[in-house]
Order: sequence, then structure tokens, then C-alpha cells
Amino acid sequence: MLRLNRLTLTDFRSYAALTWRPAARISVLYGPNGTGKTNLLEALSLIVPGRGLRSARNADLPRLDGPGSWAVAARFQTQEGETIIGTGCEPGSDRRVFRLDGAAPRNQADIARIVAAVWLTPQMDRLFQEGLSGRRRFLDRLVWALEPGHAREMAAHDTAVGSRNRLLSEGRHDRAWLSGLEDSIARHAVAASAARLSLVTRLNAQIAAGAGAFPPGRIGLACPIAERLQVEPALKVEDWLRETLAANRPRDSAAGTCLLGAHRTDMRLTDVTTGTPAALASTGQQKALLIGVILAHAALIASARGFAPLLLLDEPAVHLDAERRRALWDVLIALPAQTVITGTDAETFLPLAGHAEALATGGGGLHPDGRFLRLQTDTTPVPAAL
Amino acid sequence: MGGPEVEHLIGLLSKLPGMGPRSARRAALKMLQQPESRMLPLAAALREAAEAVKPCADCGNLDSQDPCTICADEHRDRSIICVVEGVGDLWALERARVHTGLYHVLGGTLSALSGIGPEDLNIPLLLSRIAEGEVAEVILALGATVDGAATAHWLTDQIRPTGVAITRVGQGVPMGGALDVLDDGTLAAALRTRRGA
Repeated sequence: MLRLNRLTLTDFRSYAALTWRPAARISVLYGPNGTGKTNLLEALSLIVPGRGLRSARNADLPRLDGPGSWAVAARFQTQEGETIIGTGCEPGSDRRVFRLDGAAPRNQADIARIVAAVWLTPQMDRLFQEGLSGRRRFLDRLVWALEPGHAREMAAHDTAVGSRNRLLSEGRHDRAWLSGLEDSIARHAVAASAARLSLVTRLNAQIAAGAGAFPPGRIGLACPIAERLQVEPALKVEDWLRETLAANRPRDSAAGTCLLGAHRTDMRLTDVTTGTPAALASTGQQKALLIGVILAHAALIASARGFAPLLLLDEPAVHLDAERRRALWDVLIALPAQTVITGTDAETFLPLAGHAEALATGGGGLHPDGRFLRLQTDTTPVPAAL
Repeated sequence: MGGPEVEHLIGLLSKLPGMGPRSARRAALKMLQQPESRMLPLAAALREAAEAVKPCADCGNLDSQDPCTICADEHRDRSIICVVEGVGDLWALERARVHTGLYHVLGGTLSALSGIGPEDLNIPLLLSRIAEGEVAEVILALGATVDGAATAHWLTDQIRPTGVAITRVGQGVPMGGALDVLDDGTLAAALRTRRGA
């Protein structure tokens, strides 16, 4: 079980100072544009290591008229008791630091062990219309939530690719140096692709098992490395990759970039019932497919780690028809996850009134809505397993 | 505070590793309060070291004699050369007293992104030391980074034709460490490089 008991923001984005104690397992934040709904979701997403749901740079996080430093602290109830996780930047420093129960954690993995968060943002509505780098980031974040070592594999891979690109662009055809870098690319690309493949297999099984009101999607990888990994042992794929990269030097040199590697992978999502790829589906259909993926991912984390992650849903109702909205509310009520949802008006969320609190945002604060729950205890029974 | 001399001193101190503006200020103040016992001896020691210590013409170690104490030591095994990135790595290995052979300091690693190529490293000297014929084994003790791995690969390629044995330091389970907290990459390396019990 993972429950947020208290969130405090100091000089973060639009908030000078805010203390929020969620009164229910599901919280709805509603208000006009620009009143700080997404800022609050972002604060929660920054509690887990990474750049949060906006992929923001540190420089963008402090409040505009503030002192330049910022802090977010969250108190959680976990299986092991209460714990406080904080993150922020000290005055005069642009390096983000973490605090775990008041002390500096040994590393960020210490924090990743305690909390997890999964989110859906309106930017993802364009995931299948825009370039493949957005889809790959989305995919890698899914992998990373279950395999924390994945981020390091990808970082090492990208460094090796960048170094090889530099050598080729400078016309420095040092055979031994290039093959050393290609060896690194091959090892890290195969490790990263294997992690992606394993995640996709588990996620597809989870989606198929939990298919309800949302169209069952099927994730596929457009990646020659992953394709080979399905039929050949990893060491053989590494050899193939090393040889191919060596043979491709003139081609990559002419193209100005490395045309093969874990950085070229694309993710596909298909509606299994109709066979329609997400890129060709309607906006509402895409949103429903994505929600199915996000919910399955949350369930996968819950079963792998023993607690459900925080579910941060920014404007999830947009583009959904009435039936899908109802289905989404039903799923959220049944899930054990602590959930924060945003929207522009409270009426959309009235079907959740018996299970959720609702807070109007504005004026740098939160204002409880009397039509929703205002209890300190959660009325939704929590399944014993979680 | 204290005039331009003090600010200049603090500025110089704060550029040292492990020092920031605050600790530099504290160190400067401590010295200024006892110039006779702390500051002048330090100044003399700094001058002495700066004038006496030079890179060893054989291995690149920093020492007040050339060849350095290690290269000049007749008890050391001259058939093994341990190649390290920097003098700091050499000192760490000497502190641990685990290597009885000689060293060779590269002065960095190949780094395409930082513009450091083979010509910027102390490599020709290493190859000529190997060519002298006394060396039987070269240990590559380089970091497990992309640049460290590329450098090891490059050196292996250069040294292999000479026929001397080339080894690399092992990777895996740290002393006193538990397996379940290791990341997948380290675990895989530990298993790949396992040895007979």
C-alpha cells in the first residue's frame, strides 16, 4: 500500500506555500486553465527520480517571483510505516537533491524502491502523431519503472553512439577506437532491447487479462535488435550488431548519424479488436487505448512490487465519450491506487462524488468542494493483497 | 573582507578539489590566525613540492625523483605493467599494496566528446616500453565507463601484435557487498567473469 498523507510545496511553480492532506484515495483537482492543477501533479511526479511529467528542466521549476530555490515534500504511508520524501534545489544551486526521512539517500534507487508513479498527460494525446523520440521516451519510462537499471544502460548506449558519431563526423576513422565504441553500443543496446522486450511481453499479457471497457491494445516494437532477440541468443545478437555497425561506418558517416541501435526503436500500439494502429485511430480511440496501457502498467507495477503506484491523470476525460468516462471512473474506484485527477469543471467528476474528494484550484491554494467526500478516512475497501 | 590579498588566497584555495568558497574561507582564516606555525611552513612546502615533483619520464607517475620511486625499485616485478588512467588511480592501487609490478599512467581516456584522442595520451611511451622486451603482461586497470572500455579496446588492439599477455581488471561483487542490491549490469559482469572456486 502506498498512501499520500501530506504534500507540501515551497516556491514551486505557481505555489508560494501549500500544504495538502488528501482526504480520500481519489482526489479531483478542478479549475480554469492556469490555476495550478498540473503543477500539483507535476510536484507529485517529481517525488520519484526523473524529470517528472513535464520533463522539465530544473531552471523552470522555481516560482517566478520566488527566491530561486524550491522544495516538494511528501509524507507517505507505506507497508513499512511512514516515510517522508523531499526533493528540490537549494538556494544558489541548480542541482536537484533528494531527502529521505531528513537525510540524503545513498542513491536515487533508494527512493525508487519506496514510491512509484504512473501518469497520463494531454501531451500524450499526440504521441502517435509526433516523432518517434516521444514514443521511445514513453516506452523507456514504462521499462524504467520496473527495471531501474534501464536508465543507465540507455545513458551508456547514448554516450557510445554520440562518441562514434563524433569520430565519424570529424573524419577520424580510427578502426580500433570505433570498434571499441561499437562494442559498447552492442552490449548496451542488446541489454536495453531485452528489457524493453520483456516489458512489452508482460504489458501485453496484462492488457489482455484486464481488458474491460477500454479497447485492448497491443504494443509492438519496430526494432531490428528486438526482432533478432526473439529468435537468437543475446550474445549472437551482440556479435551481429558489432559486425553490422562496423560495416555501416561509411553509410552512417554519410548520413551524419548512427542508423542502427537502441535509439532508433519505435513503439507501435494497435487496437486488437479492430486491427487499427493507434496512429490511424480517432483521438478519442487513441486516448482510450493509452489509458488501457497506463492502467495495465499500474497493475503490473502493483503485482511486481507489492504496492500500487500513484496514478496521476491530467485531463483524462478529454476526448472520451460518456460511456468511456463512466468506465474509467469504475476502474479507478475498483483500483487500490492513490489517484489524483484533473479537469476544468467539477460536474464531469460527480459520478465519483461518493469515492473522491474534489478541490477547486485558484489563488495559489485548494478549496474543498462540499458535494464530494470530505472525510479523513477512505470509504473504498482496499483489497487484502495490496 | 580582509583586503584583496585574502580574497585572492580564497579564490585560489576554492579551486582545489573538495573545496568550495566556504571551506576555502575557513581554511584561509585558520592559516591567517597562525601565520608562523601554519601558513609559512605550508608556503614553503608548496614551493618545495612544486619545484621538486615532476612526472616520471618512464611511467608518468608524479615523484621528486626521476625515474620515480616505483620505477627505480629493484624489487618490483618488471615483467608486469599496470596501465591506469591517472596518478590518483596509481596511488589508490599503491595504497592497497596489491600490485608488485610497474605502472603506466595514460593521463586520461579516449573521449570523442571531449576531443581527447590517442595522440593526447601517454601511449607511444607505453608501446616503446613493451617493445623493449622485458614485459610479459599488461594489466588494463581502466574505469568501467564507455570511454574506459573504448580505451581498453583500443589499447588491446595496439598491444596484441607484440604478443604480450593483456588482462583487464575484474568487474562484479564488491567486498562486503550483498548480491541482491547489485544492478543487473554488475551482476551480469560478475557472472561472466566468474572463476573456479
